[in-house]
Amino acid sequence: MPSSHDWINKPLGVVEAMFAQSNSNPEWEAKVLEYFKGQLREKESHSWVPSLNDVPLHYLKPNSLVKFRCLVQDMFDPEFYMGVYETVDPSTKANVLRCGKYKDVTECGVDLNSRNTVTAERQTFYCVPIPGESPWAKESYGCSSQARVVPSTSYVPSRQKRSYEEDDDDMDTQPQKQREPHTEPHGNGDSKRQETEAPSSQTTAPSDCSSHLDLNFPLPGERGPACLVKVYEGLDSFKLNDTLEIYGILSVNPVLTVLGEEKDPSLLLLNPTESMETPEEQRAHDPPASLVPRLHMLYARPLQHNNPLLPSAPTEDQSAFVSSFLVEMASVRAELLAYLTHVLLGDGLAAEYLLLHLISNVYTRRDVLPLGKFTLNLSGCPLNSYTERLYQIVQQLVPCSYRLSMSLHTMNSMRLVPKKDYVANRLVSGALQLARNTSLFLDETQLEQGQLDSSGVRNITALGNLISWQKVDYDFSYHQMEFPCNINVLVTSEGRSLLPSDCQVPLQPQVTPPNMEEYLTTIHMAQFTSQINKFRVYLSLARTLDYSISDEVTKAVEDDFVDMRKDDPQSVTAEDLHRMLVVARLLSLSLGQTTLSRDGWMRAKHIDMLRRSRTEQQKSLNGNEP
Amino acid sequence: MPRSSVHLLCISQRHGGWDQKSQIWTHQTKGQISTGVMSFACVSCAQASLFLLVSFSSGFYASPLNILPSEVDMSSPLMYGTPSSRVEGTPRSGVGGTPARQRPDLGSIRKAPQVDLHSEPPSADGAVASEQALGQKLVIWGTDVNVGTCKEKFQRFLQRFIDPTSNEDENAGLDLNEPLYMQKLEEISVVGEPVLNVNCSHVQSFDADLYRQLISYPQEVIPTFDMAVNELFFERFPDSILEHQIQVRPYNALKTRNMRSLNPEDIDQMITISGMVIRTSQLIPEMQEAFFQCQVCAFSTCVEVDRGRIAEPAVCRNCNTTHSLALIHNRSAFSDKQMIKVQESPDDMPAGQTPHTTIVYAHNDLVDKVQPGDRINITGIYRAVPMRENPRQSNVKSVYKTHIDVIHFRKTDEKRLHGLDEDSDQKLFTEERVQILKELASKPDVYDRLSSALAPSIYEHEDIKKGILLQLFGGTRKDFSQTGRGNFRAEVNILLCGDPGTSKSQLLQYVFNLVPRGQYTSGKGSSAVGLTAYVMKDPETKQLVLQTGALVLSDNGICCIDEFDKMSDSTRSVLHEVMEQQTLSIAKAGIICQLNARTSVLAAANPVESQWNPKKTTIENIQLPHTLLSRFDLIFLMLDPQDEAYDRRLAHHLVALYYQSEEQIEEEFLDMAVLKDYIAYARTYINPRLNEEASQALIEAYVDMRKIGSGRGMVSAYPRQLESLIRLAEAHAKVRFSDKVETIDVEEAKRLHREALKQSATDPRTGFVDISIITTGMSATARKRKEEVAQALKKMIQSKGKTPAMKYQQLFDDLRGQSEAAITKDMFEEALRALADEDYLTVTGKTVRLL
Repeated sequence: MPSSHDWINKPLGVVEAMFAQSNSNPEWEAKVLEYFKGQLREKESHSWVPSLNDVPLHYLKPNSLVKFRCLVQDMFDPEFYMGVYETVDPSTKANVLRCGKYKDVTECGVDLNSRNTVTAERQTFYCVPIPGESPWAKESYGCSSQARVVPSTSYVPSRQKRSYEEDDDDMDTQPQKQREPHTEPHGNGDSKRQETEAPSSQTTAPSDCSSHLDLNFPLPGERGPACLVKVYEGLDSFKLNDTLEIYGILSVNPVLTVLGEEKDPSLLLLNPTESMETPEEQRAHDPPASLVPRLHMLYARPLQHNNPLLPSAPTEDQSAFVSSFLVEMASVRAELLAYLTHVLLGDGLAAEYLLLHLISNVYTRRDVLPLGKFTLNLSGCPLNSYTERLYQIVQQLVPCSYRLSMSLHTMNSMRLVPKKDYVANRLVSGALQLARNTSLFLDETQLEQGQLDSSGVRNITALGNLISWQKVDYDFSYHQMEFPCNINVLVTSEGRSLLPSDCQVPLQPQVTPPNMEEYLTTIHMAQFTSQINKFRVYLSLARTLDYSISDEVTKAVEDDFVDMRKDDPQSVTAEDLHRMLVVARLLSLSLGQTTLSRDGWMRAKHIDMLRRSRTEQQKSLNGNEP
Repeated sequence: MPRSSVHLLCISQRHGGWDQKSQIWTHQTKGQISTGVMSFACVSCAQASLFLLVSFSSGFYASPLNILPSEVDMSSPLMYGTPSSRVEGTPRSGVGGTPARQRPDLGSIRKAPQVDLHSEPPSADGAVASEQALGQKLVIWGTDVNVGTCKEKFQRFLQRFIDPTSNEDENAGLDLNEPLYMQKLEEISVVGEPVLNVNCSHVQSFDADLYRQLISYPQEVIPTFDMAVNELFFERFPDSILEHQIQVRPYNALKTRNMRSLNPEDIDQMITISGMVIRTSQLIPEMQEAFFQCQVCAFSTCVEVDRGRIAEPAVCRNCNTTHSLALIHNRSAFSDKQMIKVQESPDDMPAGQTPHTTIVYAHNDLVDKVQPGDRINITGIYRAVPMRENPRQSNVKSVYKTHIDVIHFRKTDEKRLHGLDEDSDQKLFTEERVQILKELASKPDVYDRLSSALAPSIYEHEDIKKGILLQLFGGTRKDFSQTGRGNFRAEVNILLCGDPGTSKSQLLQYVFNLVPRGQYTSGKGSSAVGLTAYVMKDPETKQLVLQTGALVLSDNGICCIDEFDKMSDSTRSVLHEVMEQQTLSIAKAGIICQLNARTSVLAAANPVESQWNPKKTTIENIQLPHTLLSRFDLIFLMLDPQDEAYDRRLAHHLVALYYQSEEQIEEEFLDMAVLKDYIAYARTYINPRLNEEASQALIEAYVDMRKIGSGRGMVSAYPRQLESLIRLAEAHAKVRFSDKVETIDVEEAKRLHREALKQSATDPRTGFVDISIITTGMSATARKRKEEVAQALKKMIQSKGKTPAMKYQQLFDDLRGQSEAAITKDMFEEALRALADEDYLTVTGKTVRLL
């Protein structure tokens, strides 16, 4: 058993063996990648690999294979390193060729003047855990790896849950509990065990350190390890804000940390190249390895979704999973709709729209126009923490979400748009640097009257651009760079939102519970976890389905549009048609139908009509609102 | 003359050893003086101070210094070194009078490369030996460069190279049929700036092998070029004395263009990359030569800095005392160095990635040549700094630090400030690409094809798209500055107005994404400052820096302004100058300048009443000053047409948008790339001129336009409209890749102009096209009626006889009773105002007095 997992415990051994066999034939690099890919393709083998997301760093064995689920937050400049170098043994004077790939430091006794040195190129990505990942998703990922865990590494899986829920009692017992099932086959496990003896520092230590060192998370209050990922192959295939699951060799060599806070002057002297960089830059690019480990990428899997309940890879079992779920789809939809109706105080129409919003997705772009986005403005929300509870419920349903409370203070002070810091030479993150399909919950009920300063105006503009064009203009100080995004924006407000939206639904509560908190909590409690899980799968799955419109229905839609315009050209505009087409698409998908039927179109028209009559009603109530 | 040198003033207090020491240096470049002060404490003087200085120099190379011990008294510890005494040294290769100067930019020139010519190569390996057997001369070790041949070749290049087609601004004023570089040498002898810039593409076309050597072994070849040039120069101008010997600065190496494509193979080669300066460091004095003095006998000695290290002499050669030598800073030689960070320019980047940065070191007179924000082309040598062993660690980080030692800077946006000529950073088109474009141009329906390729997601509005297409191409730039008229505007300005939700913003976004130098602003969010330029004080250097705004940034491009109507008046006022004179004048914080802003404006405005009121004129609908409005060549209304056939087509278009397959989208993207190239090509290479018939047609068109209204006492065209017509016709000729503006171009210009007029300048009261709506803000009929009312009022007052004062209300009622047509209060007031302007009466409160 242990030998079969050498590729996890000692991946560098595998790499070096292949390098030694190769006789400097460059093909060995491809072989290495192929080998690891092959190993990971084996059923469930990827769950044997410990994950940086779940396991605290100090439980992980250096130079072992680990995985990391992350977002590419920044891309640093490419660096040149010694791909192959020669060392001289001081005693025997024998020269040995060594491989420098997948390592940060060299062996001792490097012959700097050797002619056999090969310089190679790699790039560093700064990766952070996926921002706004819901607790349930984290937990579920942690569980899935723990359930099947039998690797012979010495790490003690500890669920991430602990770091955000103050659960002190459990804390103390945890290490003991975990020790029992572990029969260490390796001798070196003992030293590691020592570390688990002091668990109380576990929760405090990382948070302490991260306060000194800005780990540059897009959202405030995030936890988790950031990671410097060294990428060797396929540099062009990665983009900023990609979500990846990276398999790589963990490197936490303390040598990397030497260039820490206080610079030893003699060290600076010995390595004058360091003076090229400002201290800020060094801190950003060479943070202590104990806080920001290095990961040498062997394999990266782009994440299409971040839902642990769905099969991750597009394999046969996924399509099987999809087809089996499609049967259930309509019934799950009905249940979810009922649930949302309760949550929205008995307003079925708003629930319908919320459901459509939750499965919306920018599926393509036509020149500058993003298609498929469906920003919902839920107006007329009751005050007093209703929106907060609503967010909690949304958070329970989607894998990634963030609630931005749009108070004057946050709008004026918060950084939404990422900005390049040229002194530290890094991209300082902002709250709008989010992974695809993240639910952004904008709470406009928190906004009060007052003065927006220039950064506030910029933030509002950025939100407006995000909603209308699904792009964020990152601030590069001398110019702006446009990064397309795919974020589901939900705006809750009292009146009509000041931000643009694709569709506004005034909430019409049918029930007025005396105690809102209690009401919502009971609704939430009434749902079984299995039920909620079904909802979660449903929402993620509906988004990935294909969709088409037949010629026949196209014709019908066109006729319909012409008819509507005939009656009253003012009432239906091109904009309305745009929206109705999106609604029709989402409505079909929500029922698991991959083509638009005539019925589907009529239903879309119908609910849009209902919604419109409701907004008009609202207008006449409020007088002359434009 | 830019002159860069280091003065070292040293105030040292001696308390036994050195305790503290302050050092001040002054640095002069182009009249700017920056002074840095540093002070440090040292206990074991020699050791510590030595360390500190070494840490300044991050180079690991040293150039051979031929610095003579200066004639100043060496024994004085407090010596005010003059620059000349520092820099001057032995003349190289026997040239009299002019000193040689080290070139830190080239880095470690292998010590005296010529030596190899006359002695055995250090390692007599096979290749060189066999070459020797063939009777060839020796080459520089490690390369295939033979100094003699190389020198000869370069001299021949200088003497013979002629480039009759040169259009670089640097060669302005030179006779293109004479050897180019000989003229430049002549220029050097006159001007005295001892720098010779050599275009590498010239070298390549002259001698490909020499070019290869230059690229591959720049640090050996460039000194050889230096020698060659100096020999040639002092042969021709034996009497001239330069500040130092001529240095050759090659530029435009074709090896690399993009920072992203730099790879390990480029190390130690000469490369050219483009980028934008994002940060410059303070001046770094780099020690070139250390000066030691014996504390016992005052014997002094100089030691060259070798790759950042100084070999401290352990024993005094004079008195044989050990460890008695101390470093004297102010007697040591330093050179200037500056670290510059360059970022990839946004155009070179693949989408979705962040820009790369590179560190660049500038030396001597290249220091402070560039500012953050400048776009530059850098030619230099790419270096990877080898690692150093750290005795305290057994293993080292396996990463190299890379940088570029710059040889030549070339600002790419310099022309914008000086307005010299067309873009030099022209896009290079491959043969096949040009072929594709020309094929496309030869198609008869190219105009329609291109206009339909524009923003395909926006439905119909064919004429608007055509207008924008012509705007993208622009007219021909004409210069009448000799006749006093200055530049004629070649850019076409377009205003789109109409109902909200008619995809105006989308059209603007599309155009902004299409053109390389586009800017997108919203009227609501922009201030006059943001549009033009502002002066900012750099917090670090306290230097005033001119930051350019959207209009200047979109010079040669298109500035898209959304929500034009929401713009404040003061902001809008800056547009007056830009939209006609195409310049921007700035007088702020002591900076007075005029920047070019040859930008086309594409603006979108919403009607004041949220919905377009067809009963009102354009001016009344959008409430913009007519002075500004008349500067737009084309004003389009984007209205909801409300007709069934249109609705059907629109529905079809939109539905198709939503279910179109991936491949079709692919196809379209190709179209966008072609469109981009097509426009870029036409803008760069096609400069159509009017032919005889076209001129006639234009004249007729203009006369016709004037005639339309003249029958009714209205003017329907002004010279500005004629200019617009010419621009549009030229742009249309460009679309056809034609060098001549022909009648068909004029026809289309006329048609489009008429279409736009029909939409925007129709008098809603009469239904006629009336240009004065746009030029004066009021239709001619409206003006006529206003006059009539005023006259009627005057007559009425006169008929009342001598009444010095009248009641306001009374007068109004009288007038209403008298007049046949209905007279509103507004009209009455207007009439009163008109009469007041004539000094006939005054209105005070409720009484009207005659004067």
